[in-house]
Amino acid sequence: MKKKIDFLFAGVGGQGTILVSNILAEVGRRCGYDVKKSEVHGMSQRGGAVESHVRWGEKVYAPVVEEGGADFLLAFEMLEAARWPHYLAPGAIAIINRHRVMPPSVNLGKEKYPEEKEIEAILTGAGGQVSWVEGAAKALELGNLALAGVVLLGALSARLDEPVEVWVQAVGDLVPAKFKDLNVKAFQAGREMTVPNN
Amino acid sequence: MKKIMSGNEAFAYGAYLAGIKIGAAYPGTPSTEIIDNFSKYPGVYAEWSTNEKVAFDVGAGAAYAGGRALVAMKHVGMNVAAEALFYTSYTGMKGGLVVINADDPGMHSSQNEQDNRHYARFAKVPMLEPSDSEEAKESVKVALEISETFDTPVVVRTTTRLSHSLSLVEMEDPVADEAPAEPVAYERNASKYVMVPAYARPRHPVIEERLKKLAEFAETTPLNRIEPGDDQIGVITSGVVYQYAREVFPNATFLKLGMVYPLPNGLIRELAGRVKQVVVIEELDPFIEEHVRLLGIQTRGKDVFPNIGEFSPGRIRRCAQEAGLIPGPDQPTAAVTMPQLPGRPPMLCPGCGHRGLFYALQRLNVAAFGDIGCYTLGAAPPLNAMHTCGCMGASIGVVQGVDRVGVKDRTVAVIGDSTFFHAGVAPLISLKYNNSTSTVIVVDNRVTAMTGHQDNPGTGKTLQGADTPVIKIDELARGIGFKKVDVVNPYEFRTVVDTIKDHVQSKEPSLILAQYPCVLNIRERKPALVVDVEKCNECGNCIRIGCSPITKVEGGVSINAELCIGCGFCATICSQGAIGPQNKEGGTDQ
Repeated sequence: MKKKIDFLFAGVGGQGTILVSNILAEVGRRCGYDVKKSEVHGMSQRGGAVESHVRWGEKVYAPVVEEGGADFLLAFEMLEAARWPHYLAPGAIAIINRHRVMPPSVNLGKEKYPEEKEIEAILTGAGGQVSWVEGAAKALELGNLALAGVVLLGALSARLDEPVEVWVQAVGDLVPAKFKDLNVKAFQAGREMTVPNN
Repeated sequence: MKKIMSGNEAFAYGAYLAGIKIGAAYPGTPSTEIIDNFSKYPGVYAEWSTNEKVAFDVGAGAAYAGGRALVAMKHVGMNVAAEALFYTSYTGMKGGLVVINADDPGMHSSQNEQDNRHYARFAKVPMLEPSDSEEAKESVKVALEISETFDTPVVVRTTTRLSHSLSLVEMEDPVADEAPAEPVAYERNASKYVMVPAYARPRHPVIEERLKKLAEFAETTPLNRIEPGDDQIGVITSGVVYQYAREVFPNATFLKLGMVYPLPNGLIRELAGRVKQVVVIEELDPFIEEHVRLLGIQTRGKDVFPNIGEFSPGRIRRCAQEAGLIPGPDQPTAAVTMPQLPGRPPMLCPGCGHRGLFYALQRLNVAAFGDIGCYTLGAAPPLNAMHTCGCMGASIGVVQGVDRVGVKDRTVAVIGDSTFFHAGVAPLISLKYNNSTSTVIVVDNRVTAMTGHQDNPGTGKTLQGADTPVIKIDELARGIGFKKVDVVNPYEFRTVVDTIKDHVQSKEPSLILAQYPCVLNIRERKPALVVDVEKCNECGNCIRIGCSPITKVEGGVSINAELCIGCGFCATICSQGAIGPQNKEGGTDQ
């Protein structure tokens, strides 16, 4: 009997949440889970807030995670992480890319971008644990900000029991061939920078 | 062997497995990927038609000729194609015709959340509704069988959540290569296919008879099934909502409908006989619920689950708890207080060419009657430069109506290239024919951008990658008889402003083609610009163009180098010359 694991992705349109959540779903499939995944694209691509849901389990019905059910939150952007406290299951882990993308109201000087500790308080207040990941910094070091999501995936993988070879294989199979090595490097970097605390 | 597929990928796969060879569509979220994926299978012909009505007619013609055809569209696309749905319902067809229709509860990417199940009853055609990707694949095969058995187009209904969710799909053997069949003579049968009144009248009873037979089929098809459970609650549901309901009512008896029109009266009565309380759970309108009530069966439905917005397992659970259908949580969970956070609505991309045009319209305080596409985001703050948007192609007729009444404002219609080909040509001709003096601006980014960069008659490529002559919008306008036609580069602010002023003053119909390729599509990227804070006087011009890399900071503005693509438009409108490329010393080159 496979245990249920629900993952929620949050980010900004264009950050690559769809590709990374596809890899996660594929890892689940290869490890024998029933998997479902959901996201909405279209209008929201244009710099808007985006979300993806991935569910692993023995038998999964709904393709979306229920409020209070997410075991992991993978946030590609800090403000976007703070929108999802009501989705966290007790003890959920929020893996957050330390990266800010200013929304229009902040650009216009009408609102303030929340402080890091405020974001953390919102999520811990809902019973979650926060794990900051230097995804953007690592990605820029590797030469492309778009790799940040795969760094986060590496960080997530260190907290799960599935064999590392399956992850690496799935990353290699799903990213464009010419960026395969770079993505595997980003994945390994994320995995290595994470010390599981459970 | 199983593969993870989205609902839309699975529809395409099912169509291929079913032997469908012709596919036509106009892109529209959430249906776009159906024909996009179908086009990649061997031995098929697929096209982007200029609109959904054309796509449907192409499908009808293919099926008249004995081919098997697939047509796909979003819910509002069915409004455009409705006439074709109604005539094909009367004529039937020789080969199978499957229509996949994607509703958008929650309006993720649409102007309304109409419930297109009504079209099935309206046009008297059967409608199927799968609940995951495996069922999506199978539904196309079954739809084709029904179409060919009952001589009717068959609509398969999906929703955004099904189309854009992924789940496991069983892979099947590829379709064997067949030698293309020799063309056969077209079967002429005027009394069946020429819907003049004398021939159409005798078709109507045929259609009513067909509906009776389909209702009998609905009782026995495995698409509809009773899933036994306890005798307390009997849930009637369909589509992806079935998956949600299964989580909320794990022990209930279910009538799972894979065919939502016509409905199986016998199965509904059987379910009602098994349980103490019938509950219909359906997104949007009480389509199933009203039918159940007409059978004299008491049921819960819209009194519990609203007719507005998208459902989710959580929403269904909360509604069911409030109505006492299921117990509330054992111990009330501490309510999570939702933080007040800055919103992040979609907006024009960094460096988007549409921005220049809308900024000019804003500065000139023009009333702009708009249309559907990326450029509808010109209505968003801080540009606030579009003032109506209703449906594809509406802009040109609307500006003509406004101008006939006459308002103090300068007025224009704003329409995108693909939208213009979809539904702008006929109103443009009408404008000219009726001696109007309105101004039409076509914002031409050389691709159907919003739905993910599909080709269109202006791009020089077909869906399947073949070269085709570019249809030039300025030449088309001149061909109609427009004398005043100008092509501008939207980044050239002064020229754009002067051209708009000139056109709105003129006493003849006119067209401005604001043309620059979508920067996202051509992946144009120049070095990011920087702000010289010494020169910046905080006038706010650059902030007012609403380009996401530009942020107001203490004592000036700053440009996020990761987001900026270096288009230079902000530099064009900066009153102090404070924005420019970075020089070696870290200042600007201006």
